[in-house]
Amino acid sequence: MSDLRHTANTQIAQLHARYTGTGHADMTKYEWFTHQHRDTYASIVGHPTLLNYMSIADGEATGRMKFELAERMLQPCGPPPPKDDE
Amino acid sequence: MSDSTADEIRAAQAARREAKRAAESTQRPESESDKVSMTGVSMDMDVYDSRKGSRFANHDLSIAAGPAGEDDDDLDDEGNAKTVRLLDSFTAPKHLLNEFADEDAEDPFAASAKSRQIASRQSEYHARRFDRDSGVQVDAFAADDADKGVQGETNTYADQMRRAELEREELRVKRAIEKQREEGVGADGQELKQIEAPDETPRGRRWDDDEPERPSAIKDVDMSDGTRPRGGEWDDANTQGKEAAAAAAAVAAPKKKRSRWDETPVGTASGGAAPGETPKRSRWDQTPVGGVAATPRAGAVLPYGMTPVAGLGGEGVGGAGVVVDPRNRYLSDEELNAMLPMEGYEIVEPPAGYAPIRTPSRKLQETPMAANGGGFTMQDDAASASMLGLTQELPTEIEGVGDLQFFKQEDAQYFAKILGDQDESALSIEELKERKIMRLLLKIKNGTPPMRKTALRQITDKAREFGAGPLFDKILPLLMERTLEDQERHLLVKVIDRVLYKLDDLVRPYVHKILVVIEPLLIDEDYYARVEGREIISNLSKAAGLAHMISTMRPDIDHADEYVRNTTARAFSVVASALGIPSLLPFLKAVCRSKKSWQARHTGIKIIQQIAIMMGCAVLPHLKNLVEAVAHGLEDDQQKVRTMTALCIAALAEAAAPYGIESFDSVLKPLWTGIRKHRGKGLAAFLKAIGFIIPLMDPEYANYYTKEVMVILIREFQSPDEEMKKIVLKVVKQCAGTDGVQPSYVKKEILPEFFKNFLVRRMALDRRNYRQVVETTVELAQKAGVAEIVGRVVNDLKDESEPYRKMIMEIITKVVAGLGAADIDERLEVQLIDGIIYSFQEQSVEDQVMLDGFGTVVNALGIRVKPYLTQIVSTILWRLNNKSAKVRQQAADLTSKLAVVIKQCEEDSLLSKLGVVLFEQLGEEYPDTLGSIIAAIAAIANVVGMTQMSPPVKDLLPRMTPILRNRHEKVQEASINLIGRIADRGAEFVSAREWMRICFELLDLLKAHKKAIRRAAVNSFGYIAKAIGPQDVLSVLLTNLRVQERQSRVCSTVAIAIVAETCGPFTCIPAILNEYRTPELNVRNGCLKAMSFLFEYIGEMGKDYIHSVVTCLEDALTDRDQVHRQTAGTIVKHLALGTAGLGNEDAHLHLMNLIWPNVYETSPHVIGSMLDAIEAMRIALGPGIVLNYVLQGLWHPARRVREVSFSQIYSSLYMGAQDALVPYYPTIPDVSDDRNDYEGRSQLLMMWI
Repeated sequence: MSDLRHTANTQIAQLHARYTGTGHADMTKYEWFTHQHRDTYASIVGHPTLLNYMSIADGEATGRMKFELAERMLQPCGPPPPKDDE
Repeated sequence: MSDSTADEIRAAQAARREAKRAAESTQRPESESDKVSMTGVSMDMDVYDSRKGSRFANHDLSIAAGPAGEDDDDLDDEGNAKTVRLLDSFTAPKHLLNEFADEDAEDPFAASAKSRQIASRQSEYHARRFDRDSGVQVDAFAADDADKGVQGETNTYADQMRRAELEREELRVKRAIEKQREEGVGADGQELKQIEAPDETPRGRRWDDDEPERPSAIKDVDMSDGTRPRGGEWDDANTQGKEAAAAAAAVAAPKKKRSRWDETPVGTASGGAAPGETPKRSRWDQTPVGGVAATPRAGAVLPYGMTPVAGLGGEGVGGAGVVVDPRNRYLSDEELNAMLPMEGYEIVEPPAGYAPIRTPSRKLQETPMAANGGGFTMQDDAASASMLGLTQELPTEIEGVGDLQFFKQEDAQYFAKILGDQDESALSIEELKERKIMRLLLKIKNGTPPMRKTALRQITDKAREFGAGPLFDKILPLLMERTLEDQERHLLVKVIDRVLYKLDDLVRPYVHKILVVIEPLLIDEDYYARVEGREIISNLSKAAGLAHMISTMRPDIDHADEYVRNTTARAFSVVASALGIPSLLPFLKAVCRSKKSWQARHTGIKIIQQIAIMMGCAVLPHLKNLVEAVAHGLEDDQQKVRTMTALCIAALAEAAAPYGIESFDSVLKPLWTGIRKHRGKGLAAFLKAIGFIIPLMDPEYANYYTKEVMVILIREFQSPDEEMKKIVLKVVKQCAGTDGVQPSYVKKEILPEFFKNFLVRRMALDRRNYRQVVETTVELAQKAGVAEIVGRVVNDLKDESEPYRKMIMEIITKVVAGLGAADIDERLEVQLIDGIIYSFQEQSVEDQVMLDGFGTVVNALGIRVKPYLTQIVSTILWRLNNKSAKVRQQAADLTSKLAVVIKQCEEDSLLSKLGVVLFEQLGEEYPDTLGSIIAAIAAIANVVGMTQMSPPVKDLLPRMTPILRNRHEKVQEASINLIGRIADRGAEFVSAREWMRICFELLDLLKAHKKAIRRAAVNSFGYIAKAIGPQDVLSVLLTNLRVQERQSRVCSTVAIAIVAETCGPFTCIPAILNEYRTPELNVRNGCLKAMSFLFEYIGEMGKDYIHSVVTCLEDALTDRDQVHRQTAGTIVKHLALGTAGLGNEDAHLHLMNLIWPNVYETSPHVIGSMLDAIEAMRIALGPGIVLNYVLQGLWHPARRVREVSFSQIYSSLYMGAQDALVPYYPTIPDVSDDRNDYEGRSQLLMMWI
């Protein structure tokens, strides 16, 4: 019983902890939102077709679009809520 | 010897045992009444207690050793000893009784208990650790004690150096005295004065004393000092000289008092050099109290009712830490009075020239028989043990500590204070603290694991509170106890480690003391002890800092004792690895150049050697500096320094390999000139260094230097010195291995001499030489070629010395295995085969080497052995019928090795002949041989195929069926392999009924311990099912699910899955589903498990069956039983993974809905399998659907729910398909341009979850 808890699961948990954006028990909604937004922006930047689509819609150059999306990754959901919020 | 004598002896033994048992059973009620002085006297009862008169049954009793007829109650009817003997000599059953008495008396674990003691295993060199004093540092510290804390280190560096200087001087004087004494002049001390005349130090006073008095004066100096740590006593007797030197320098006026323990054992005679001294009685009585009063040990004995003088009194006398056999300690006057009649004896003066033994080594070697008056007596350990048992009762439960695992007699002296019931309210804080530490240590050392754990934690937490002083004063003496065992040492070292960490720089005053105790671990033979020692010293140096470590260990660097220098060098290397080589380098350079003493240079160089050995390639960055630091040592005046330098360079080169040749430039010249100047040990070291440097060189240089050194090497080939031989062989190997050395050179210059000197019978006798010769020859063969080497040795295969033949065979094996047999010409081939057959036949002990050699050579020659095969096979056939089972086994093994080659040579008739003979041998009764025979048959069957196999398979298999029941692992494995092979290739030759019979037998093999057997058995089920159809096999396996053993059931499920895989799932799944209806837990679980394996094996074939099993899975996933759900989870995982993307999403989604509620499980196995299934669903259904499930609980109010499942599922999902998740993220439109819009988004998210 407990050996599994201490081996397999902790290994998985450690593996998860090594990456950004993975969840943990104390993840706040704010954190998750932030990651979700950044993932979205990153995904758009990473897929050229999506980027083209966006830049055509906005009438911007793809380079500019890329830059703006990257800019938006900084605090995409605004500053973190105050601590007592939870 | 006649029977009657033997009987007599037996009778005497019987009588003795009886008497002993009787003595044990009755607590000797009358002993107090009729023997006044016996109370509390512990002497060797076995020898002197006359009530066991029977012990002397065979002795002449005319000199009354004790009053006769004073027997125990039990012996009443037998009268005195003589009657015992008469009676015993006629009764046969008595000696049968003895057997049981024997069993009672002898502790079968006594021997192993002794070997657990570290000290008893170690060599004399290791025992020298007991000679070390634990450092004046502590003395000085203890003097100003208490509140001074760290500043207590008044023992400055200068003091230490002075002390070291004194010690050296002391040793020099001692040696001079010894020398004079040997010359026969120094006995009366007149001449001794002359020696020390130039010394103006206080030491001089001591030498003026009469010879026998000297040690006692010394002793008193120590005691009067009063600051001696308790544990320091172990070396009282041994290092009095050193102690005295130090102490005499420090203390002005020593009292004159006699030392009890430096006298000879015979108390009556030891009145001593100064006649008319105080009455002896008072002196002897003081022994435990007066002598050791400063230590708690003396008091230790009294409180819990041990006899005050006896037992431990002896311990005290013997010098602390020394294991004193009760029969070996010195007798007190009381004891002597008790055992000798009052009148008729007088106490005589010692002879004029008498001098007590002073040298510690001689003291230790005193025979244990000293007490029994010279005559031969059988050792009777049990008797003395029982005596101990009577006089002392060792507690297992101690107040304030609890129940201990064990309590040794030696522990009593250390933990005396906590053994008695004392009113603790009267004690001072310091005393209470001390007791607290003692309790904790006792718990750690002797307690049960849970006690140990809590105590260890407490002592760690409170370490700073207790302070370094009180802690180490208690721990270190324990570590120096001679009867310490591995486990105890490990625990105590662990305590030090933990405490060190907490104390940090508070530990400084105790660095030396700790080092004295820990350094010996560095040369322990136990690897883990060495590692522990290293760790402690490493932590110690981190806590105390480099400067302090250096100043503490500096005096030991040129210590007079080689042991101290050795351990110090090792400790320094640990310090270097802990604090970095660069920080220590300036110091090392200085030490290596020390002008003051060669010992310092020697130690300095040794430190660098140890650094190289310990740190390996980590020395590379500092290699140049290190080499330069030692380089000048190659031309030192002292031979020892030169040797050590060469060894150091060898170690550095070995550590640096294959880099760093440029760093060794500076030493090349001295090394090469050195090998011409040196002889013997020095030369060996130089050669070793060269041997390690040459492989680092560029090819051309290597070639040049090899030629240079080879002259010397070839000269040293003839050296009779074993060590030199080994080094020469090693260097030859290293030289031959380098690129630059040309084959022609090896052939012309090295080989002739090498073979002349090393391939001789004598070299094969020593195991280490043997290995070295083989390795070197194989290395030479790499250069010289197979034909050259084999050609030279092949005739030795017929040598008359068997070990030598074996060595030759091993050389040939390795050479041929490495280089092949293509070089071997026809003539050599004939010789080789001839030699191999000869040596194979001539072996008197069946050896793996011969077998491997035969196999390797024949396989290497391949088709070329065809002409010899008839001869070889007839040898095998002959040996298969040998009387010895080993020979038969070896012949069978050889058959398996040769089968392939025989087939290659198209000698099928020989194979079938062998097969038939082996078949006839299946009745073999030795399992090892039987296993080999079966393996040989299998090998033949493999190469000839099932159709040509003779004996025909249809005869062979029925013969195997009963053998399957053999429980021997080797037989099982061999037969299951053979049967599996037949089932695979030639199943049609055997009737279905026979196969079914085998199926039943195979079920038993599923219980085998060896995995290979189980795997082979499971695979065999598959083959058999393929041959005779799955129905019958399946029903056998399904029935087997009902058995109790889990392993058997598990293997059955695997077998079912394999059958399903080989015969098609449609043949099995209906049966499994049907079997699942059985209302029995094991069966149902077995069915599920079988399906789990099945779907794992069949992979995407599962798409045709997914709908068939969904209902079954519905049932399983909603079952109350956790194991049901867990296994069903595994099935879903395999099913989903196998059928992902094949259009079964409807079924997948259905299963997902059944799986999902299980995410709230807490059992790690169940949740593990559920998480796996969900992970598989990510593949089958896509991450978006799973994300929708997860979002429901990602912020579940219960943290445990989030922790155990949701966040994990999310993380796995995110890691597995991060990019694919993006389109599925819940759409949360920008509610405003205000960047701080988290609140609004949070609200929107609630729509989704």
